[in-house]
Amino acid sequence: MADITVPATTEQLDVVLAFIEGELEKINCAPKKRRQIAIAVEEIFVNIAHYAYRPIEGEATVRCNIDTERDQPQIIIEFLDSGKPYDPLGRDDPDVTLSAEERDIGGLGIFMVKRLMDDVKYEYMDGKNILTIQKNV
Amino acid sequence: MNIQKSMENGKILLTLSGRLDTTTAPEFQTKLLDEIKNDADILLDFSAIAYVSSAGLRALLAGQKAIMPRKKTMVLRRVSEEVMDVFDMTGFSDILEIEE
Repeated sequence: MADITVPATTEQLDVVLAFIEGELEKINCAPKKRRQIAIAVEEIFVNIAHYAYRPIEGEATVRCNIDTERDQPQIIIEFLDSGKPYDPLGRDDPDVTLSAEERDIGGLGIFMVKRLMDDVKYEYMDGKNILTIQKNV
Repeated sequence: MNIQKSMENGKILLTLSGRLDTTTAPEFQTKLLDEIKNDADILLDFSAIAYVSSAGLRALLAGQKAIMPRKKTMVLRRVSEEVMDVFDMTGFSDILEIEE
């Protein structure tokens, strides 16, 4: 298990992505899956940066655990923040069949996370939002 | 990300490279909307883009919405398989014009 704690700002996105990339380099993970994981990490971290503490600032912790004991290794990434309780999984999926004129971009990021990962969970515990994503790598 | 502008048969060709993500999408969107004001068709060469997040989708949607009332087109070409996966997953392959 490795973790990193950074200010929850979009300027820190590259730091968080470099941390996850570093963890993924320890195992043999296909480039396609690495990019899918990077998209999910970006969407979740940016959501926290934009909304968790607004209008003040706070920190986010990202924990990464790669389970290589299984037949198929699995990556589990947890995002923790102490901002307002918010379940991003609580909203409806966007209608991805609408035309460009009717299209609104809201909710698309978390929708992509759900589609790209094998499992996504949210809990609020000890004053923290904890979003956990999991993917076989 | 890097954006290079050239002309092709009276159309504006923007050749992009790098990541279209939270960090780079605002710059791309500003450039795209500026070019759309020239009232020409737009071509976007995506061959060197391997990564598009929802921020990138937002910029592309803004471009598509801006160009439609002008009766011009914005066409993406040489889209990688992985980026195409993202467009398919989000329904953007039906919204955007993408060359086969």
